[in-house]
Amino acid sequence: MHPVSFNRCDAMISPELMEQVVVNILRTAVTSLPSDIMSVLEKAESVETSDIAKSQLRAILQNVKCAEEASIPMCQDTGTPLFFVSGRCDGDIEEAIRKGVERATREIPLRPNIVHPLSRKNSGNNLGVGMPQVHFLPGPEGFVEITVMPKGAGSENMSALRMLSPSEGLKSVKSFVLDVVVNAGGRPCPPTIVGVGIGGSADIAMSLAKRALLRPLDVMNPNAELAGLEEELLDAVNLTGIGPMGLGGRTTCLGVKVDLAYCHTASLPVAVNLQCWAARRASARMFRDGRVTYSKEGFLLD
Amino acid sequence: MRTPLSEKDVRSLRAGQVVHLDGIVYTGRDEVHVRALEKHDKGEGLPVDLKGAALYHCGPIVKDDDGGWTLVAAGPTTSARMNGLEPRFIETFGIRAIIGKGGMSQPTIDAMKNFGCVYLAITGGAAVLAAKGVKRVVGVEWLDLGMPEALWIFEAENLGPLIVGIDADGNSLFKKVDDEVRKNLTQVRKRLDVE
Ligand code: SF4
Repeated sequence: MHPVSFNRCDAMISPELMEQVVVNILRTAVTSLPSDIMSVLEKAESVETSDIAKSQLRAILQNVKCAEEASIPMCQDTGTPLFFVSGRCDGDIEEAIRKGVERATREIPLRPNIVHPLSRKNSGNNLGVGMPQVHFLPGPEGFVEITVMPKGAGSENMSALRMLSPSEGLKSVKSFVLDVVVNAGGRPCPPTIVGVGIGGSADIAMSLAKRALLRPLDVMNPNAELAGLEEELLDAVNLTGIGPMGLGGRTTCLGVKVDLAYCHTASLPVAVNLQCWAARRASARMFRDGRVTYSKEGFLLD
Repeated sequence: MRTPLSEKDVRSLRAGQVVHLDGIVYTGRDEVHVRALEKHDKGEGLPVDLKGAALYHCGPIVKDDDGGWTLVAAGPTTSARMNGLEPRFIETFGIRAIIGKGGMSQPTIDAMKNFGCVYLAITGGAAVLAAKGVKRVVGVEWLDLGMPEALWIFEAENLGPLIVGIDADGNSLFKKVDDEVRKNLTQVRKRLDVE
């Protein structure tokens, strides 16, 4: 494998360093939660009134604490390893990510989750055709930014896409999001975060929904209209009474995150990607001089 | 409560009650259900005796330390995926408790009522806490199915808190919440202006 070069005269980031960075951010992601998620979970615990709802949130909070103290994965489902690489990136990073995932699976350890979709044969190392998936977003920055989102299947399985009729408009969008959350019930390990992608095409909508989940809960949507929609949807889903783990209560969701892209005049795609309370993410930035900075919260390169 | 469980043990439990488990607990998710029933259909025996057993819908992370298994994380998986095979599984093997998350559908609830079995809800994702309730990994069968899908044998000690989500009379906390949600939806739809 070649070192990743920004251009001929720049310093190099070695593949070994990159591999280590991947292991490090995976470890951070699976053993701790970003502070925005923790503080909303804590607030939820104080707001709940039923014993059962409170007990579920207490178990979650205590569990995260234990995981962090012992540096072990907070959930046995360490997810599908999804990577987002932005800035000055180079396709070679993919090989370093594969090596990092394989090592992290052994060292942390992660549960080997990745199987052939039909034979269901487990590769044993979380690698496979098309796995891990790396989303590249090249940019002019003077660094490479890499974010990992280990995505649990319980919540991912509840995701849904609907190609609405343009004439159905916002009403149908809202109705669809509500339906997805209600249909999911206790299965995606609520309280969840609801990622919503509006517009684009079928694949873009889902991609937007997934990426929206990377935005910290305490970071407002820069688009005022979408910020209002997020708040409206959050209030609504929390009135359903599904509650933590679907056992009833006020906290069904911790946040709703919406993103949009312009779309074809004949289309209105809407995608919902659910994230469980174990909303794990972590980032690192690698600079040309070999310096690396880490963020447990995830960076915000837009 | 200690496993193996008797019919009397489980019939005395009520939905909403909180319990802890001691004794042997078997993990089993999609593939264990498929293989166990296939073996039974072919007249072959299972490597473990599931009579009175607690079946845990769980695909754990287990570390292979020289000479033994160490449990790292062991939270529940979504039980609904097992809805299709669970009624037959309960009837065929005589399990008395299912531990999982999210609840199960009516045919499973009916089988639980008929044959005496309860559903115990454990907090989804709280895998480190759950692993603290397992004293040791006794062994594993069918490891060829992969770590998550294999049949792990745990010795539980104070595993819980487990909430009786569905009792052997067919009362389901999940159904109760479902009914509530359905009632609330009218209000929620009005609020969203999507009636
Ligand atoms: S949905 Fe999330 S919290 Fe629940 S088991 Fe899966 S990864 Fe863990």
